[in-house]
Amino acid sequence: MSEVPAAKKPLGKKRIELDDRLKAYKGIWVFIEHERGKIHPVSLELLGEGRKLADNLGVELAGVVMGVPNETTRSFCNEAFFHGADLCYLMEDELLTDYRNEPFTKGLTDLVNKYQPEIMLLGATTLGRDLAGSVATTLKTGLTADCTELNVDVEARSLLATRPTFGGSLLCTIQTLNYRPQMATVRPRVMPMPEKDTSRTGRIIEDKLGMFEKDIITKVLEFIPDAMQDKPQLPFADIIVSGGRGMKKPENFKLIWDLAEVLGAEVGATRPVVQAGWVDLERQVGQSGKTVRPKLYIAVGISGAIQHRVGMDASDVIIAINSDANAPIFDFAHYGIVGNAMTILPALTEAFKAHLATARKAG
Amino acid sequence: MHIVVCIKQVPDSAQIRVHPVTNTIMRQGVPAIVNPYDLFALEEALRLKDEYGARVTVLTMGPPMAEAALRKAISYGADDAVLVTDRAFAGSDTLATSCALASAITQIHKDMPIDLVFTGKQTIDGDTAQVGPGIAKRLNMQLLTYVTKVRSVDLEKHEVVVERRSEGGVQLLNTSTPSLITVLEGTNEMRFATMANMFRASRYPVKVWNREQAGIEDVATVGLKGSPTVVSKVFAPTPRAVKAEIIQCESNDPKDLSVTLLAKVFAKYPKLEKEIAKSA
Repeated sequence: MSEVPAAKKPLGKKRIELDDRLKAYKGIWVFIEHERGKIHPVSLELLGEGRKLADNLGVELAGVVMGVPNETTRSFCNEAFFHGADLCYLMEDELLTDYRNEPFTKGLTDLVNKYQPEIMLLGATTLGRDLAGSVATTLKTGLTADCTELNVDVEARSLLATRPTFGGSLLCTIQTLNYRPQMATVRPRVMPMPEKDTSRTGRIIEDKLGMFEKDIITKVLEFIPDAMQDKPQLPFADIIVSGGRGMKKPENFKLIWDLAEVLGAEVGATRPVVQAGWVDLERQVGQSGKTVRPKLYIAVGISGAIQHRVGMDASDVIIAINSDANAPIFDFAHYGIVGNAMTILPALTEAFKAHLATARKAG
Repeated sequence: MHIVVCIKQVPDSAQIRVHPVTNTIMRQGVPAIVNPYDLFALEEALRLKDEYGARVTVLTMGPPMAEAALRKAISYGADDAVLVTDRAFAGSDTLATSCALASAITQIHKDMPIDLVFTGKQTIDGDTAQVGPGIAKRLNMQLLTYVTKVRSVDLEKHEVVVERRSEGGVQLLNTSTPSLITVLEGTNEMRFATMANMFRASRYPVKVWNREQAGIEDVATVGLKGSPTVVSKVFAPTPRAVKAEIIQCESNDPKDLSVTLLAKVFAKYPKLEKEIAKSA
């Protein structure tokens, strides 16, 4: 996204010549978040984005892997190489079994102080935000939260971190000038997943945590995993049918569910609809909900307020149905039907059904 | 037990409009509210007060008008309120804000030792979720973020057990006090203000501290000077160059419109047809 002329302001006027201590900070790091044997997809998305930034700056891209000493933890380094990293910092310790703020903050802070990256990226997940906020305060450096776009000013070696502001009505670009590292957390599913290249390799630099269990005050008594089966996995759905206030009544939402069933899609919703209690909070798409990037997004009775748009803008194909021909959704959808959702939805469901039946016969 | 709850007065983001020509925020007439996420933190503190007995102090940093947010908190049942306000704080980012609040909390601690500090998950205007962790690190307190419930507090052992939302599940954590807890939304429901508390709130003398009174000696640690980050650009999202192709047909019948739509979509995105067949 680029700025609108009216908002154009001089950029980089505050450029500050870095002192020698800060010039020593080199390279881009991505914190590799993982749980129960799997890397969080946002970390791989960040490697893809980090690769671009590293190439622009002419520096190396590193993954940071922290976890229990075992093969799985080590295998995350290879995953990082396959997705663009040149090297990995590996810290293995029994104390890093479950995520706890204290050991992870100490471990990551020590690595930063020792190896001095100029940029460090983390996913804007519960873990990433907890850890990033703690590490940035400990290091007394700048941290930009929940970014949706990253760039670098090569000359100033400055990270340009863009994020929605004022509830998503505007975007702002934030820089950390004379502090290092420049830190940012990035929203999952905003950056594209990079291609996996299993021929790539890299080097591993190992380091020690240097802590004992008795040093750590917070103890994990129990972990209660979510019942995954009945939880909607909206961020990873390929097809989503979403409804907004234009559905008029909670009963009408059945039409959304009907279409979703025919398509094998997840159901999404806007904030007003979730707040009215028509649909579960887990299904909210947008600024204060989930960010999605399905192959097909069908928006029904959704005006297209910016708060919703920031959560679904990256969808491959967007189809909008709305009774108001001037609704902003038609400014960024690919296809639109202007009309009454309550009559169009059943017809669309039937059309998809018929089309799929023909496709199956043909296939 | 002494609990400090950090709150923030924010513009009601649902009512913010952007000027269509200048792309600036139109603040006029936008009501100021207590950050909705902070109310879950306050209610959790008030529940502990009900159960264990506690003094609840609400703290905010902001312009003088932020006093209204503190009075609101008193009306719900908070005991004390401190407003930290100074021109020197203008332009603070999250690092500088956590510095000012941590310092104020240290001053409050001198009057009566603190066991727990609560904050909301994040604010609706900044959306960073960084100030809570920042305060905890500066005060060297145990940090528990995204807490859904405080299960128990053992005042003699100085221990607290909480449920914390983490990726893929809930952690049951035990830690020692003093600790800082950020409370997840939807975990409780704010009580109604009682008539007595509303009266109290209207007459309550809010403590107003400037930078020195909040214990901040070095002016370079707060405000713009204490902020590593700078906003270099504010802009509106770009409109997509091409608008949606509006599907039309002579009959304007929903069925014909739907069939025309699918034909167009699948002609342009043949892969999508296969994806849908696979998914369905």
